[in-house]
Order: sequence, then C-alpha cells, then structure tokens
Amino acid sequence: MSNPVSDEITRSTAADLAERIHRREVSAVEVTQAHLDRIAAVDPEIHAFLHVDEAGALAAAEAVDSALAAGEAPASPLAGVPLALKDILTTKGVPTTCGSRMLDGWLPPYDATVTRRLREAGVVVLGKTNMDEFAMGSSTENSAYGVTRNPWDRDRVPGGSGGGSSASLAAFEAPLAIGTDTGGSIRQPGAVTGTVGVKPTYGGVSRYGLVAFSSSLDQAGPCARTVLDAALLHEVIGGHDPLDSTSIDAPVPPVVAAARQGASGDLTGVRVGVVTQFAGEGYQPGVLRSFDAAVQLLAELGAEIVEVSCPHFDYAMGAYYLIAPSECSSNLARFDAMRYGLRVGDDGARLSAEEVMSLTREAGFGPEVKRRIMIGTHALSSGYYDAYYGQAQKVRTLIARDFAAAYEKVDVLVSPTTPTTAFRIGERVDDPLAMYLADLCTIPANLAGNAAMSVPSGLSDEDGLPVGLQVMAPAQADDRMYRVSAAFEVARDAAQGGPLIQRVPDLAVTA
Amino acid sequence: MPAISRDEVAHLARLARLAVTEEELDTFASQLGVILESVAKVGEVAAGDIPPTSHAVPLTNVFRPDEVRPGLTQREALAAAPAVEENRFRVPRILGEEQ
Repeated sequence: MSNPVSDEITRSTAADLAERIHRREVSAVEVTQAHLDRIAAVDPEIHAFLHVDEAGALAAAEAVDSALAAGEAPASPLAGVPLALKDILTTKGVPTTCGSRMLDGWLPPYDATVTRRLREAGVVVLGKTNMDEFAMGSSTENSAYGVTRNPWDRDRVPGGSGGGSSASLAAFEAPLAIGTDTGGSIRQPGAVTGTVGVKPTYGGVSRYGLVAFSSSLDQAGPCARTVLDAALLHEVIGGHDPLDSTSIDAPVPPVVAAARQGASGDLTGVRVGVVTQFAGEGYQPGVLRSFDAAVQLLAELGAEIVEVSCPHFDYAMGAYYLIAPSECSSNLARFDAMRYGLRVGDDGARLSAEEVMSLTREAGFGPEVKRRIMIGTHALSSGYYDAYYGQAQKVRTLIARDFAAAYEKVDVLVSPTTPTTAFRIGERVDDPLAMYLADLCTIPANLAGNAAMSVPSGLSDEDGLPVGLQVMAPAQADDRMYRVSAAFEVARDAAQGGPLIQRVPDLAVTA
Repeated sequence: MPAISRDEVAHLARLARLAVTEEELDTFASQLGVILESVAKVGEVAAGDIPPTSHAVPLTNVFRPDEVRPGLTQREALAAAPAVEENRFRVPRILGEEQ
C-alpha cells in the first residue's frame, strides 16, 4: 500500500524535513511514522535493520514536537529528523550486537557519545543497522544475522561493513545514518548504493561507545543522500569529547558552510589531485569511465586538475591488513565470556574459565573475525613482530608522508571510492583477499588519519550500478572535501538529469 | 614468506583462545597463508630508518581532573553477566584439578 504523502516525506532530504518540522508544517511524529511505515513495508526485503526501536523513536519525535509547540527553538538544525544507527554504537537499553552472536541480546548500560549527541540534538533514532561482524568486511555478509540487500539490485551486496546504514538510505527507510570507517566501511557502502558517506578526520568524532575494532583507525561519521545532509549531521556528532582521549580538542571544521559554498558550483582556484596509483588492473572499466567523467566535471567547475603520485599507496593494503588485525586481536580479547556477552560450555564444575573462554569465542565469532584475530596474533608474536607489525607501522609513516607531499601541491585528492560496483551476494565470501580489494582506495586515508568521503559520481555504463567518487582532504580540513563534493553534486545532477538517488528501482511494497 | 602450517594455525588459535575445529584448521591454514603472502608485500619497502607510526594523531598524555564521577551501579554492572552469584560475576573454575 503506497501512500503519496508518506512517499513524499521519505524521499525528502534531511535539510528539507528539518525545515518543515521546525516551521511546524509537518510534525516530527508524522515524519517518524512515515519512515517506520516504510521500514515495515520494505525492510523484510532489504534487511537493513537488526532492531527497530519504534517506541523510542516515536517518543523522541514527540519530545521534539512538544518543545516546538512550547515555542522553544529547535535543539539543532536536524531536530526531529529520523536516523538509522549502525549497530556498533552503544544505545542504553537498546540492543547492540555489532552483527555478532557474541553480543546477542546485550543491552548496553550506557550511550555512546555519538548516540548521546544525536539524542541531545533531537535526532530521532529509528533503530540499529546491520553490519559485518565487528565491522570486519566489505559486504555485510559477515553479519551473524543475515545479509542486507542492495536496493539497486537485490542480488547484490550493499557494501560493508556499514551495509545496513547505506541500504537504509537508498531504500528511503531513513534520510540520515551513522557509519563507522576503519578501512572504508562508510565510504565503500556509500559508493555502491549511490549515497554519500563521510569518514571525518581521525579524532573528529568521539569513539566513546563505538565498540572497538582497530582503535587507531576506527572513525564514526555521517551517511546521507546529499552532501549538505551529511554536513549537517557531521556538525551534530563532531567535536571534542573528554571521554575519548584521542578526540581532537579543536572546533569542528566548518563543513556546513563549506557544503553551502560548494553548492554555488564554483571551484575556481581549487587544486584537485588525481592519484595515479588508483587505476589499472582490478578496476572495472565502467568505474574508471565514471571517474574520468567526474574529473572532467570538476575541471568544468573551475578546478585545476593535477596528477599526483603517492608511490607507497601500493603498500597500503598490506600495512592495513597487518595493523588492523593486530589491533583487533587485542581489542577483541575483551570478549572473554565473563562479564557480559555470550558464555558457552560452563557446566558449573568440570570446565575451566580458559576452556569456557575458548569454546565461547569459537561459537560466538564468525570466520572473518577468527581469521583477523589469528592474523593479528601472528603479526604480533615474537619472531614475526619486526617483519610484520613493525614494518607495517613504518609503511604507515611513508603513506602519511605521501599524503603530506601531495597536499603541498593540491587542496584535495580524488579517486574512485572502490574498484568495482556492487558485487553479487556470495561472490567473494570464500575468498577473503578478493573481499579485501574492495577497500583498496579507501585504506590510505585511514592509515594517515585524514578526512575522506564518497559522493556518487553516476552509474557505471556497463551494469547500471552506482559508482562513488572519493574526495580526500588533509586532517582537520574536512570542509575542503565538502565544498568540492557539494559543487560536484550540483554539476552531476545538472549533467545527469536530476538526483542520482531518485533512480533507485521502486521496491515492491509488501504492506 | 612461506605459507603457514596447520600446526602453526593450531598454535595461533590456542594463543587467541579459539577452540577451532579440525575442519577449520584446514580452511584457515590455506586462507591465512594466502593473506600473509599478500600482506608480506610491505617487506619490499626499504624502510630501515623510517620511524614507525602507531597512531595518526601525535598524542601526549591527556589528563582529566581527578574528580569522583558517577559510574555504573552494581545492578547495572551485573545486568548483562552470563552468571551472577551473591552480587558478583560467577566464573568457571580458574584453578587446575591439582591446585
């Protein structure tokens, strides 16, 4: 049963919805209900959500409406707008599984800082989205709770690890979402679903309550269908947090102003570097053609295009798949079956704590998590440490130096976000290395701690699936990439006859 | 870099407290071998005198005021425990048979 009024609501941008809610043309409850209805209708098909918090969402929306009715100013520019939260950020009293059996049924006793800031801003959390277990994967197939389907083609993956968040946006189940990006888990799902995904500068958004995978790389960030919506969300969640000692004690870069400036469509004087390492073997020709067209559009907007070589990017994959598993093997040691989470094999007598721990971890973790824990354990073990972990840390330095040298010549760097369009469900599950290649272009920015985002560049001419343009910027210069992406978005829509996202095939509504 | 042996994988699984099955040992030995062979590419970089980076943001100690702040109550802390006894976490035995 399709309802034109609620369809109109669910297809709106967050910025439009907020404006209308704040002018009291539509209530936050109506907007929330429209999205809950949409979820009920299409999520059985898409499976973006692991948990829908209908009561919590409606209560939050009602609170926004009452405050507005009492004449209060909106708590934030996004007050009343619904959002889908990746299931790796803790929500007090609301299930948080990280896509793992290990945390089945866990109700966290506290809110992540991101969660708290969303609540304080009046953003309505609709529920928790599916993901690769503990954020390890590029397809969301590593979830213990089933696959999420890509709304553009339901036989294909929505990317990962944040495939639930990206799919919820492309399926019009939510106008905003939160992801986390350790090696590309916000940007790659954004690219393959035709949505916008932003990895802020490392330390730009608090990690408190973000269940840790690789602490020196993990970064939460905004996901949306437009660049401006992502910027608005970025300013809600960003900023210093005393509860995260790695959070940057400086103002959030002016990303909303930059997105608005960019929307004027003028990039005169902006120097854009094309990274020469991100092309060639392994790249789908249609992806490269979409990328070349995007660079051409940027040039037409007045940007100066420069080729830039970052020679050590060729070693980024290797460094990442040593550093991230090393940190993961240490972080996931916390799942010891003693204080919370799964416990398996405790017979109250015979088996020791250590045996129960091993049985629990065997039963609670899926294959990819086990692989990474073992790779990390190996890379950190004496005899291998220098050759693996130590060498990877040195390569990390060289990658950061490549970026620094590049940013002396250009303001932003661009590349395809991921080498291919969405691949088929099942295609790469038994080939970990093929799966890892999805993060080829996104990993360097994580290693250097820089900002990077994906904005849709169009559809690949060979398969009609979305392609992402990655725009990268130096640490704490997130505003630069928003300006360039917003300008590109306007030019792309003009060149391609309207917003790309409106071309998602209609989902059969089951209600 | 040689591929990793089945025995080495069993050793890693023990270190990581993963009670892997015999069947998994075979699968993981071949998969980890392929992964390690690929990541070993970092060894090609001449980086002898390059300082390592453990973290993208250069950090010194971050202090907070030494003040009492509210924490979890006992009830909240125990709420998700797999087993509780006398308001404490109950754990399986931690000593061996002879100890």
